[in-house]
Amino acid sequence: MATVQPHRVRAGRGVELGLLVLALVIGVASYVLVGIGTTDKVPPDVLEYGFGMAVLAVAVHLVLRWRAPYADPVILPITVALNGIGLAMIYRIDFAYEARGRDHGFADRQLAWTAISVLLAAVVLILLRDHRTLRRYTYTAGVVGLALILLPLVPGIGVLINGARIWVRVGGIGFQPAEFAKIAFAIFFAGYLVTHRDTLALAGPKVLGLHLPRARDLGPILIVWGASVAVLVLERDLGTSLLFFGLFVAMLYLATERLSWVIIGMLLFVVGAGFAATAFSHVGARFDAWLHAFDPAVFDKAYGGSGQLVRGLFGMGSGGLFGTGWGEGRPDLVPFAESDFVVASLGEELGLTGLIAILMFYLILAQRGFRTAIGVRDGFGKLLAGGLAFIVALQTFVVVGGVTRVIPVTGLVTPFIAYGGSSLVANWVIVALLLRISDEARRPASSSRIPTPIAGVPVLTGGARTDGDGPAGGDQPTEVIGRTP
Amino acid sequence: MSELTITLLRLGYLALLWVLVLTSIAVLRRDLYGTRITDRRRRKVPQPAGVTPAPASPAPPRQTKPSGPSRLVVTDGPLRGTIIPLGSSAVLLGRAPSCTLVLDDDYSSSRHARIYPQGGQWFVEDLGSTNGTFVADQRVEAPTPLPTGTPVRVGQSVLELQR
Repeated sequence: MATVQPHRVRAGRGVELGLLVLALVIGVASYVLVGIGTTDKVPPDVLEYGFGMAVLAVAVHLVLRWRAPYADPVILPITVALNGIGLAMIYRIDFAYEARGRDHGFADRQLAWTAISVLLAAVVLILLRDHRTLRRYTYTAGVVGLALILLPLVPGIGVLINGARIWVRVGGIGFQPAEFAKIAFAIFFAGYLVTHRDTLALAGPKVLGLHLPRARDLGPILIVWGASVAVLVLERDLGTSLLFFGLFVAMLYLATERLSWVIIGMLLFVVGAGFAATAFSHVGARFDAWLHAFDPAVFDKAYGGSGQLVRGLFGMGSGGLFGTGWGEGRPDLVPFAESDFVVASLGEELGLTGLIAILMFYLILAQRGFRTAIGVRDGFGKLLAGGLAFIVALQTFVVVGGVTRVIPVTGLVTPFIAYGGSSLVANWVIVALLLRISDEARRPASSSRIPTPIAGVPVLTGGARTDGDGPAGGDQPTEVIGRTP
Repeated sequence: MSELTITLLRLGYLALLWVLVLTSIAVLRRDLYGTRITDRRRRKVPQPAGVTPAPASPAPPRQTKPSGPSRLVVTDGPLRGTIIPLGSSAVLLGRAPSCTLVLDDDYSSSRHARIYPQGGQWFVEDLGSTNGTFVADQRVEAPTPLPTGTPVRVGQSVLELQR
């Protein structure tokens, strides 16, 4: 007879502090190495920079000790490391832009956004004592998400930048509302699916071993698909549309465990993508640049060509296995090296070794999210944590896949690393929510312990029938082998 | 700064990144493996000193029970992986909650079969089940000797005796 015991959960705040020190060392080391690589001397303000980063990180750590003592110990250090690497890369690209007389000063703005994001994450952790309160705002979140998505279409505040209508500019401050809409939608989908998952999972016919949903239950997925296609058509934003649709399909799958939803989702996506690629020139151009990247005609196209993609690929190629080193490459030759193509810049200067380490950070982050989803006890928390982790994972896949020419370039930003205030704030809020849910997931359930049976008392394992006030064996007749069940 | 220092710094930085990755994974290792499985039967029973005068013979129980099977293992079916330690009493298989092994199996009867020791050997006996009991694809009509490692099919489940 073997007994299975789960390990005792350690709160892990001490481990977190240790990892946090390592993450801060990485952030400051990147900053110092950028200074050495570009100007041959250590940046003069390195102490202030390191001190500021440490204050921010330790502040969140203390908030966790205070308000979420059982939160996951790995999420925060990984996020701090990614943010530090991103800041250093933007700082490094600023140097290159300055040398070429181009618009620069991204690093200072990103630093300010980092401070705002970290403070906002701390506020979320302090104010939101229990993630289940968010379930009350299920439909509010849905409406807010929809409003945020539609905001760039409002004349007057919506701005068209680089062919995509995803920006809103109010009083000189521009932001991308879609970044916040993804959190609102994750809350909405989690709240909606936790109520309706049984209908979606159980009703409907079974065809070829596949559990198909009823036609009337297809409504929500069709609405979300329509909305994401509308985003694609009206705002010309391939990435956001892909992210929302992927999020919904993934959460449907999480909620119902029905593979049929994934297949239906994929089919709808293929139909939508095929339609968009033929009907809209900007989407068609993306596909063209992806499939025929090295064609001179495509490469030299002034707008919508593959020049950016191919330059990024050559940048990563010159980085090789170990990279050129911070400040030694030429990432500025790629347009948008600080935002959309920051992965190519990192691949050039840190090489394959560094880039894979960074991808491992994302992998660990997503794994922590899914582990939280497994561990938390309420269905809403499970879906929300799973959905938020999936957002981070899908976004990373779409960006890195686009830059490395696995899929067409879509124009999402790398979480935590790429330049962009809205994205940074939204992703830090996602981290705060994941930390909050993981606190709930890892907290030992002392009040509601199930009594363990005393040795020697028989325990009915497996599916022992519990309907049994009847005679032994229940009143169900034994099925005869050979008769169709 | 010399070329060598710069190279060392560059590689040292990459090593630092991987140190964070690997330490994070080391922290998560508990999570990946999750549970600890203790075999209760293998645990040494602490014996009071002086009761066993001859500590030179460490494994006498092994030698007294030379080759008999020690457990009944479900190798297929809904309860796959379940292990029942065998003693000297019979094991009753079926869907009834009073059975030793309660099978959650629509093709097994309430009291399906019995596995019992007799004369240093284990036998299997069908208790008038609907779908029958099979030892190595032969339907059991009368009590049949059950050698170690021979599969017994009961409904959808397959069981076997193991050492």
